[in-house]
Amino acid sequence: MTAETVAFAGVAVVLLGSSLAVVLTPNLFHAVLYLAVALVSTGVVFLLLDAPFLFGVQLLLYAGGVVTIVVFAIMLTERLVGQTIRSASRYLVNGAVISAAVFVGIVGFLVQAPRVGVRPALAGDLTLALGRALVGPFALVLELLGVLLVIALVGALYFTRSEA
Amino acid sequence: MPLSAYLTLAALVFAIGLFGVLTRRNAVGILLGIELMLNAVNINLVAFARFAGDLAGVIFALFTIAITVAEVAVGLAIVIVIFRVRRTVEADHLDLLRG
Repeated sequence: MTAETVAFAGVAVVLLGSSLAVVLTPNLFHAVLYLAVALVSTGVVFLLLDAPFLFGVQLLLYAGGVVTIVVFAIMLTERLVGQTIRSASRYLVNGAVISAAVFVGIVGFLVQAPRVGVRPALAGDLTLALGRALVGPFALVLELLGVLLVIALVGALYFTRSEA
Repeated sequence: MPLSAYLTLAALVFAIGLFGVLTRRNAVGILLGIELMLNAVNINLVAFARFAGDLAGVIFALFTIAITVAEVAVGLAIVIVIFRVRRTVEADHLDLLRG
């Protein structure tokens, strides 16, 4: 048992537990809080994969941004309707069967795939290389992403503007 | 840990998210399930990038995260508009386009 194995096992348990809580808890507000836990533990998985920059992005954009927006939306709709939103589930058995089938299908591919056990050594600073790639070969995509974000956020503003 | 451990973890999270999308009645709950599924894909991208020694996977994961933020903003705006118009966010009640 190396330190990495222990860390991976711990993160995996937290991630799977909080993910299950996201889809199973009846209170939608609690589900968002569990989603925050799941997103942060995904960030820790990124750390285990030697991507500390992605960990930071995950915390800032996902755990910070997305969770805040969703909490906002829930509070807003709750206040408008004047009662706590209970999100009862339906088709529990069908959903479980379909998701289990998808999981088995993916693992079927994994079992057949060749084993990759050892990761190659890190070639220099990953964050530095990431920055160089983003302004080098991927610069156009980065610009397009900025345009997409502006369009999406202006669109969201337009949708939710008050009529007055 | 071998690559397959990360991929199995991602597959489990993906399946759980899919379960959420299929079983939630509330539109916001469905969005949360989609978040989980996208997250699992990100784990896959970063794991493949690390084990293949190729930076492109990490960059794709970065783009996926940013696009997801845009998706959530637009999705929740749509949910709020639907709530204003129909006074409900139950996905089953939104069947205007049913033939």
